[in-house]
Amino acid sequence: MALDTPVPGHGTARPERAVLEARGLTKVYRMGEVDVVALRGIDFDLFRGELVVLLGASGSGKSTLLNILGGLDTATDGAVHWSDHDLASATEAELTSYRREHVGFVFQFYNLIPSLTARENVALVTDIADDPLDPAEALSLVGLADRLDHFPSQLSGGEQQRVAIARAIAKKPELLLCDEPTGALDAETGRVVLEVIDRVNRELGTTTAVITHNAPIAAMADRVVGLSDGRIAYVRTNEVKKSPSELTW
Amino acid sequence: MRALDRKLLRDLVRLWGQAVTIALVVACGIASFVTMRGTYVSLVSARDAYYDDRRFGDVFAHVERAPDIVASRLAEIDGVAVVHTRIVRDILLPVEGMPEPAVGRIVSIPPRGEPPLDAIRLRRGRMVEPGRSDEVIVLESFADAHHLQPGDLLPAVLNGTKKDLRIVGVAMSPEFVFAVGRGSFIQDAKRFGVLWMARDAVAPVFRMEGAFDDVVASLQPGASGTKVAAEMRRHLEPYGVLTSDTRDRQISHHVLEGELQQLGTYAVVTPAIFLGVAAFLLNVVLARTLHLQRGQIATLKAVGYTNVEIGLHYVELVSIIVGAGAVLGIVLGDLLGQGMIGLYRPFFRFPDLAFRLDPSVAATGVVVSVTSGLAGALSAVARAVSVPPAEAMRPEAPTVYKKPLLERLGVLRLVGVSGRMVMRELLRRPTRALLSCIGVAWATAIVIAGYFAYDSLDLLMSLQFEGAQREDVEVSFLRAVPGTVTNEARHLPGVVEVEPHRAVPVRIRKDNAYRDVAVLAQTDREIPLRTVAQWPPRKLEVPPSGIAISQKLGDVLGVRLGDRVQIEVLEGDRRMLDVPVNGFAEDMFGLFAYCAPNVLANMLGEEGNVSSILLTYEKDEESALLERLATFPGVASVTRRSEILAQFREQTEHMWVTTTILTLFGAIIAFGVVYNQARIALSMRSRDLASLRVLGFTRAEISAVLLGELAVYVAIGIPIGMYLGQWLMNVIMSTADPESYRMPAFATARTFAFGAVVTALAGLVSALAVRRKLDHLDLIGVLKTRE
Repeated sequence: MALDTPVPGHGTARPERAVLEARGLTKVYRMGEVDVVALRGIDFDLFRGELVVLLGASGSGKSTLLNILGGLDTATDGAVHWSDHDLASATEAELTSYRREHVGFVFQFYNLIPSLTARENVALVTDIADDPLDPAEALSLVGLADRLDHFPSQLSGGEQQRVAIARAIAKKPELLLCDEPTGALDAETGRVVLEVIDRVNRELGTTTAVITHNAPIAAMADRVVGLSDGRIAYVRTNEVKKSPSELTW
Repeated sequence: MRALDRKLLRDLVRLWGQAVTIALVVACGIASFVTMRGTYVSLVSARDAYYDDRRFGDVFAHVERAPDIVASRLAEIDGVAVVHTRIVRDILLPVEGMPEPAVGRIVSIPPRGEPPLDAIRLRRGRMVEPGRSDEVIVLESFADAHHLQPGDLLPAVLNGTKKDLRIVGVAMSPEFVFAVGRGSFIQDAKRFGVLWMARDAVAPVFRMEGAFDDVVASLQPGASGTKVAAEMRRHLEPYGVLTSDTRDRQISHHVLEGELQQLGTYAVVTPAIFLGVAAFLLNVVLARTLHLQRGQIATLKAVGYTNVEIGLHYVELVSIIVGAGAVLGIVLGDLLGQGMIGLYRPFFRFPDLAFRLDPSVAATGVVVSVTSGLAGALSAVARAVSVPPAEAMRPEAPTVYKKPLLERLGVLRLVGVSGRMVMRELLRRPTRALLSCIGVAWATAIVIAGYFAYDSLDLLMSLQFEGAQREDVEVSFLRAVPGTVTNEARHLPGVVEVEPHRAVPVRIRKDNAYRDVAVLAQTDREIPLRTVAQWPPRKLEVPPSGIAISQKLGDVLGVRLGDRVQIEVLEGDRRMLDVPVNGFAEDMFGLFAYCAPNVLANMLGEEGNVSSILLTYEKDEESALLERLATFPGVASVTRRSEILAQFREQTEHMWVTTTILTLFGAIIAFGVVYNQARIALSMRSRDLASLRVLGFTRAEISAVLLGELAVYVAIGIPIGMYLGQWLMNVIMSTADPESYRMPAFATARTFAFGAVVTALAGLVSALAVRRKLDHLDLIGVLKTRE
C-alpha cells in the first residue's frame, strides 16, 4: 500500500532525470482588491512516463501550479525547467511554442469551442501540430468514433471531456496536464474519463499530471503529491496502482 | 478548411445580425464616398476634356466698342498665346408660348471655320454659311427647352427690330456649361439662350463693323492670368472696358468650380463621418464580442495558438464584415453615382458626362474602410490576446463595486431593484456607458446633419422669396434709363405697385484687395418690394451717407466701420470715388454694396435713373402686361419671381435627393449603433438576467433591467447628438464658397425632433428584437456556461 512520506523537494529517489523541474515557485495574484498568495515556494519534479496526481483542497494552489508547469501562467518567483528550457524566464512567444509543441491540456470545464464540432475541435490542434494523430483517430481513442460531427452542445459532459482529451492527445504531446478533469462529471462518467487518461499514459507513454480534490482518484497514480495552502504537504508513491474502473467516490 | 476558419464562418453566422448592421454602416460610408467622389471625378474629367477639346479661354474681357486694330495689340501682351475678338450682345427672344420674352445672347463666330478659342460643339445640324445673315446656331439647353430643331424659325428683337432667324444647328460650348443670363444665379433653360451667328451678319445689326466688344484670350504656359487680365484692362481702358478677368470670374466656370469645390470637400467630409462612426462601432462591438470570447481566446492560446494567429483570426472576421460592406457600398455607390450624375446633367452641360466608377476611388474606399475597421478592431484584439490564458480562463474577478455618490445620496432608493441594477451598471462602468451614449449621439447627429439641407434651403427660400423679394416681375434694362419709366409702368393696366431700382457695377478697392460687385440703391419706400435678406433676419439699416457692404466683402477687403474704400464705376463716365463704409450687411449670398438712392445718384451724378423696375400686378392682366413690358425700349429681361422660385426648386433638386439618401444612411447607422449596443448588452448580461429569472423575476422585470440600460443610453445620447448634429452642420456648411453663399447652418426644431425620433425608433426596434431573445432565454443553458 501507499506510505505517506512527508518529503520536501524530490519525491522518490528515481534514477532518471526529471523532464519538468520546478524550484521555489511562488505565485501571488491580485484578485479585485486583495492579494492572494497561491504558491509559497514549491519544489516539484515530473519524470518521464509517470502519472502523477496532485491532490489538494480547493484553494490549495494545485491549479496555479499546473498552469505554471503548462506555460499558461508565469510564477512570481522561482524557476521551472522543461528539459533544457527555462520556463520562468521564457518570453510569451517561447511559452506559446512550448505549449504548442509539448503540452496537452484538459480543463475542468472542457473549454471546447462551441461553434466547432468534436472533430473540428480536435482539428484546431492538429492544424498547428507536427505529425499529429488524425482527429478521427484521436476521437476513436477516447471512444467517440461515432460522435465526430456533433457540436459540444449536442454532447454530454463526459463526452465533451473526452473530446477535450482527444484534443489534448491528438498532437502526441510529451506532457498531458489535466485540471480537475472529472470535476464537472458524475462518478460513472468520471471513471470513463479517467480510464481514457490512464490508457493514454500507458499506451502512448505520455507523462501525465492530473489535478483533483477527490482523494480516491489518487489511487490510480504512480505518485501522489499533496498540496495544502500553497505548499507541498507530502509526496507518496503508490506501490500498487488501481485501475480507474476500481475507483469509487 | 482549417478548424479556425470554420470557427470564423460559424461566428459570422452566429453574429449575423451584428455583422449585417455593421456591414451596412460601412456600406453607407463607402457608398457616400463612391457616389460623391465618383461624381466629382467624373465632372472634373468631363470638364477637363471639354475645356481642352474646345479650347476654353483663360482671360475674358468685355468692352463698349474697340476697333479691330486693338486686337493685335492685345495679342502682343506678355503671356498671351491666342486672342479671339467677337461681338457679344444680349437681345430679347419673344418665343411663342411664354408670356415674357426669353433673353438671348448673341455670340459672333467667324464666318468660316471654328473660332480659335471657345469653340462650339455642334450637336445637331450644321455650321452657319458665309453670307447668310439670318442663320443661327442655338444653345442646346435652350433648343431642348423649346423643342427647337434645325430648320425652325426663331423670332428675335435685334436692335429694336423683330426678325425671324433660321436655326441651322444646335450646339453647346464650354462657356455655357452652366448657362445663366446677366446677374442671375439661377439657371433657366427656357428663358436664357445663346445664339451663335456669323460675325459679318452680327456686325451690321449692332453697327459694330470693324470693331469688337468681347475678347477671349488663352495664356502661354506659366503665364499669370491675373497679370494678363490687368494688362488687357489697361489696353482696353480707352474703349470703355467693362470687365477684364481671369477664367475664375467667368460665370459658367465660376459656378461649376464652386459646385466642384463644395462637392470635393463634401465628398471627403461626409464619408469621413460615416466611416468614423463605422470604425467606432466596430471598435465597441469587437471589444465586447472579444470580451465575450475571452475564454475561447484563452483556450486557443492554451493549445498553442500564437497571438498573431489569434489576432489574424479576428482580423479576418473584421475584414469579411467590412469587405462585404465595402463591396455592397461600391455597388450601391455606383448606382447612386449614375443617378447623381443624371441629376447634374441638365445643369452642367457637357458633351460626354457619364458616371465613371474610378477604380482608384473604389480602391480608396475599400482601403479607408478596411483600415478604419481594423483600427477599430485591432486595439480590441490586442487587449484580448494580452491577457495570460490562465487568467482569461478563470471567471473574472468580481468587479470592484463601490456605492457611487448618487447612491450614497439615496437617490437610487427611489428607483427599485431593476432601476438600481441599471444605475449601478451605468455608474460603475462609466467609460462603457459613455461610449454607448456617444454611439447613439453620432447616430442622431448624422440623421440631423443629413436632413438639415432641407431646412437651410427652405429658410433661404422663405427669407429670399417671401421676405426680401415680393415683386411679381422685374423688368431690367440694358442700360440705366430715366426714372420716368416708373410712371409709365404705373399707368399700365393691372399694375398695383411699381418700385424703381438702381444697380451699378463697380470695382471696390481697399489697398491692394478688390472685388467687382454691384452697388444697389435701397428704396426708401415704407414697405419695399425688394429688401436684403439677412441672417439672422432683420431689416438692413442703410446708412444716410456712404455705403453699407456685405460683411463678407468687408472681411475680404479688410474694411472696418468708417474706413474709406475706392470705387471705380464700371459704366457711364467710369468715375472714381472715395466712399466711407458706414455699415455692414449680413446678407447670405454674393458680395454687394448698398446705399440710399440719393447717395448713389450723387455718386453717379445723375438723377432718378433706374436699371430695373419691380412690379406687382393683378393676375388677370398678367399676359397682356408682360407682353407690353417687353416692348419698353432697352429692356434686357423680364423675369417673374414665380419662375425664379420654380427654377430654384428644380435646380436644388439634386440636393433633395442627396439629403434623402444621407438621411436614410443616417437612419441605418442609428439602427446599427443601437442594435449592436442592445445585442452586446444582452450577451454580456444574459447570465445575470437568467439568474434573476431563476430567482423568480418576471420577463418584464428582467427586460426592464436590460432595456432600461438601453433607454438610458438613448436618452442621454440623443441630446448630445443634437449638439453634435449642429456641429456637423457647421462643418458641412463651411465647405461652401463663402463669397457665393453664406447659408446659415440651420435646422428647425422639427429636424432635431426627426433625428431624435429616428434614433428612438431604432432603439425601439432594437429593444423589441432583444426582448424577443430575452423571452427565449435558456435559463439552464445560460447558467451552465461559464462565460
